Amino acid sequence: MSATVLVDGDQLRRTVARIAHEIVERHADPAAIALVGIHTRGVPLANRLAELIKSFAGAAPALGTLDIALYRDDLGSRPASPIVHDTRLEFSITERAVILVDDVLYTGRTIRAALDALLDYGRPPLVQLAVLVDRGHRELPIRPDYVGRNFPTDTRERIAVRLTQIDGVDEIVRHTDEEVR
Amino acid sequence: MTVTLAQRGGDSASLVIRGARVLDPVAGIDETRDLVVRDGVIGGDPTGLPEVAGSERVVVPGFVDPHVHLRTPGREDMEDIATGSAAGAAGGFVTILAMPNTSPPVDNAGILASLLDAAREEARIRVGFYAAITAGQRGQELTEQVELAETGAAGFSDDGVPVANAEVMRRAMQYQGITGLPLVLHEEDPDLSGSGVMHEGAVATRVGLAGIPGVSESIAVARDAALAEYERARIHICHVSARETVEEIRRAKTRGVAITAEVTPHHLLLTDEAVVGLDPSRHKMNPPLREQADRQALVEALVDGTLDCIATDHAPHAGHEKDAPFEEAPFGVTGLETAFAACYTHLVRPGHLDLEMLVRRLGADPARTLGLPEPSLCDGATADLAVVDLGARQVVGDAGFQSKSTNSAFLGDALYGVVELTIAGGQIAWRR
Amino acid sequence: MPRSLLAITDVDRAEVARLLRVANRFREVMARDIKKVPTLRGRTIVNLFFEASTRTATSFELAGKRLSADVISIKGKGSSLEKGESLKDTVLTLASYAPDVLVIRHQSAGACALAGRYTDAAVINAGDGKHAHPTQALLDLYTVEREVGPIDGLHVAFVGDIAHSRVARSGIAGFRMMGAKVSVVGPPTLLPRHAEESLGVDVSTDIADIADADVVYVLRMQLERMGPGRLVPSLREYAATYGVSHARLRPGQRVMHAGPINRGVEIADDLADDPGTLIVPQAANGMIVRMAVLYDLIAAPEGASEQRSALGDAVAV
Repeated sequence: MSATVLVDGDQLRRTVARIAHEIVERHADPAAIALVGIHTRGVPLANRLAELIKSFAGAAPALGTLDIALYRDDLGSRPASPIVHDTRLEFSITERAVILVDDVLYTGRTIRAALDALLDYGRPPLVQLAVLVDRGHRELPIRPDYVGRNFPTDTRERIAVRLTQIDGVDEIVRHTDEEVR
Repeated sequence: MTVTLAQRGGDSASLVIRGARVLDPVAGIDETRDLVVRDGVIGGDPTGLPEVAGSERVVVPGFVDPHVHLRTPGREDMEDIATGSAAGAAGGFVTILAMPNTSPPVDNAGILASLLDAAREEARIRVGFYAAITAGQRGQELTEQVELAETGAAGFSDDGVPVANAEVMRRAMQYQGITGLPLVLHEEDPDLSGSGVMHEGAVATRVGLAGIPGVSESIAVARDAALAEYERARIHICHVSARETVEEIRRAKTRGVAITAEVTPHHLLLTDEAVVGLDPSRHKMNPPLREQADRQALVEALVDGTLDCIATDHAPHAGHEKDAPFEEAPFGVTGLETAFAACYTHLVRPGHLDLEMLVRRLGADPARTLGLPEPSLCDGATADLAVVDLGARQVVGDAGFQSKSTNSAFLGDALYGVVELTIAGGQIAWRR
Repeated sequence: MPRSLLAITDVDRAEVARLLRVANRFREVMARDIKKVPTLRGRTIVNLFFEASTRTATSFELAGKRLSADVISIKGKGSSLEKGESLKDTVLTLASYAPDVLVIRHQSAGACALAGRYTDAAVINAGDGKHAHPTQALLDLYTVEREVGPIDGLHVAFVGDIAHSRVARSGIAGFRMMGAKVSVVGPPTLLPRHAEESLGVDVSTDIADIADADVVYVLRMQLERMGPGRLVPSLREYAATYGVSHARLRPGQRVMHAGPINRGVEIADDLADDPGTLIVPQAANGMIVRMAVLYDLIAAPEGASEQRSALGDAVAV
C-alpha cells in the first residue's frame, strides 16, 4: 500500500480558514446559522469552523452533530453494523440556515442520508454543504456549497482526512491499494 | 402359565460362520472358530452350507429386550409389529416384550390374542406382549389376570403410568400367586413428578424447565418393595434412572425381596446436560436423563448386579409430535437399533464394562429375569445369535432406521459395533 | 444461520454495553417531533404472540414501526394458532413471506429454538415458558444503568417467585454478566433448587436480607402458574411475609417490577405508585431497547466474521 500526503498541516489549516471566510461572506449574521457536523470527522471540522467564524465575525454560529447510521441505504450489506453516534441539535433548525459539514464528499450517499436525518428534525429555511475534500465519483445529484480542495481520484484510492482532535495530526493522505474498496 | 412368544414362520437358517470369535459368557465359550447353524439349530455338519465371513467379527447370543413399545394397536404410524421387530433384529435382538400402553391398551384377552396372531404373521423376531395391570391402565380395578395369563401374556405392566394406589398394587401382587407372571413396574409418584419435563437439578434451574426429582422414582420403588416383601411377590422395576432408586433396590435385595430391575442405554450414557439443547426428539423421556452422579451410580449398579439387565424402553414417536417445543413434546426415545453399539462404544471401549458383561446384561440376564428362553451358542440350542463387527463404525441415522420413527437419543453419533447378521428363533431376521 | 436472540447469555458483556448505547440513540429519536427513522424500511418483522402480553407485544410492535419496518402482529386469539396449528406449521407459513425478524412469545420453553430451525429469519425470544426473556433483561439493565448508574458492583436482590420467573432467570444472568452481585429472596417453595450453584446467587428466605441491596427487583406472583394454595399457604400470608413495602426499604433503595403488578400482593399499593421506583422508566424503556435489538439484528448481516460485533454469534439451537 502506498500513501501520499496531499495536504500537510499548515495547508489544511489554511484551507479550513478559507472555508470559514467564505461562509462569513455569504452569511452576514453568523448567529443566524448552524453548523452541523456529520459523524465522525465532520464533527471536529464543524467545531473548528465555528471557532474561526467567531474570531472573524465576532459571533458564533450554533453547533450541532448529526448521526446518519439510522438513515443509511446500505444496512445489512456492510461487514459490521454501523456505529451509532449521538445526534445533538440543541436549537430549532426551522429558524436557521443549516450548513452540513463533512470531511470528504464522494458518492453523495452520506449527504443524502444526512439530509433525510436533518429534515426529520424540522424544516430549515436553507441547507448548505461544506466539505474539506471533494474527490468526485458522485452517484447522486448533490453539490457542495463550500469546498476546501478538489482531488480527482481513482475509485481504488482512498482519501483520508486526519484531524488533530481525532488523529493527533492535521493532514490529508491518499492511499492506493488494490485491497481498498 | 407360560409366556407366549410369537414369530412369523419362515425358512430355518442353515449356514456356517467362518473364523469368528464365538463368545457366550454364560456357557463359558470364547474362542475363534467356525460356528455352524443347521436347520435353525446350532451345531452339526458344515458340509454344503453357505458360508458367512466371520473374521474380525464376534458372534454373541442374541439380545433380549424386556421393554419396548410397538405402538400397536392404535399408533401404527409410529411403529408396528413388523417395523418394531425389524428394528430389534437390526440391533441384534432376538426377543422383545411389548408394553400394553397402546390405544386401546392391552387390557383384555381379545386384544392380546389378536396381537399374538398378528405377530405370528409379521414379527421377524420373537415378540411377547405384556398385559395391563389395571383396566384401561387407569389404576383402579385389575384386568382379568388369569385369562390374560392363559392367553399368553408375558407379564403385567401399566408402563407409562404408575399404579398410584397401593391397595390396587397389593391385589396385583396377590394375583401373581396364580399367574406366576412378573409385575413390571413403572415407578413414579405422580404428585412429585407433577408437570416436570426433565430431571430436577441444576440444569432444570438454569433453563427454567419444571423438574422431576429422583425421589419421585425411589419413593414409589420403596413402597412396592415393601409391598412385595409383605406379599412375597416378585417385581421387576422398569428403567431405573436415579441413584436414590439404586439404593432402594440394593437395600431390598439385601433383605431378600424378589426384586429385579432394568436400566436403559440412554440413562447409562447421557445426563441432563444434554437437555440444554432443548431438543425433545433426542432428550425428552420419562424417566428423564439425570445427573452425572446418577449416571455413575447406574453404571456401578449394572456392574455389581443391583441392576439386572439392560432394556431399551424403545419408544417411537411421530416426527410431527416430537417437532414441538420441549415442554409440549411427548416423552420417549427409540433404542432397539442403537442399544448394543451405544453401550459398546461408551461403556466397553473406555473400559467401564467388559464385553462379556455387556453381552450378558443384554441377553441372558434379561431373559432369566423375565422368565424367557435364554439365548445360547451351545450345540443343540435354537439359533438365537448376532454377528457383530466391533471395529466398524456407523453414524446413527445415516443409513436410516428400520423403525418408523427417528427420535433416537444417539442420532448423529458415530458408534462402534455394527450388527451384520441376526438369527432369531432359528430364522435369519437381519442381514446387513 | 441468522443471528438470533434466544437468551441473554447469547450476548456478552461488551455486546450488551453496545446495545445499551444504541438504545440511548433511540431515546433521542423518541424525543423528536418525528419519532420515526427510515432505518428498516422495506424490512418485515413478524410478532408471533402465542401467550397473552400487553407491554412486550405493544413495545415490539411500536419499535418495529418506529424503525419503518413492516410489522405484522399475530396473537393467539383469532388466528390459526387457536385452531391448533402446530408451531412448526405456523413458522413455515410465515417463513414464506421472508420476514427478517420473527419475534416469538410462547408458553413453552424452547419454542423459539424450535422456530429457529424452520426459518431463515432472525428469531427474538420475547419470553418462552419459564425459560428466558432476554429483551426484558436488556431493558432492565438499561434502566438501572440510566437511573442508578454503572451496574458493575451494584447489588440486585430479586424477591418472590424465582422458580417460575423467566424475568428473574434472564435478569439474574444479565445483571451478573454486567458485574452486579445478585441475591434471591423468597419462600423455599418459590426458590429453585440448586440456585446458588446454577444461577450464581446468594439465597435467602428472609425478606430482611434485601437490606444490603441497591436495587430490589420485585417479581410478580404468577397466580396463573400455580394452583390455588399450592406453593404458598395463602396470598395474604405471602404479602405479609414477602410483600415489599416502604417499611421494608431503606432510603436510596430502588425498586423494580416488570409488570403486570399484583398490588397488595408482592408490592404495596403506595410503593407501586411511588415515582421514586424504576417501574415507570422500565415500561418506558422497553420500546427503545427493543428498537436497539431489532436494529442490531438486521443491521449486521449474516456470515460475517468477528467484525460484526453486534449480538455476537448467537445461533439458534
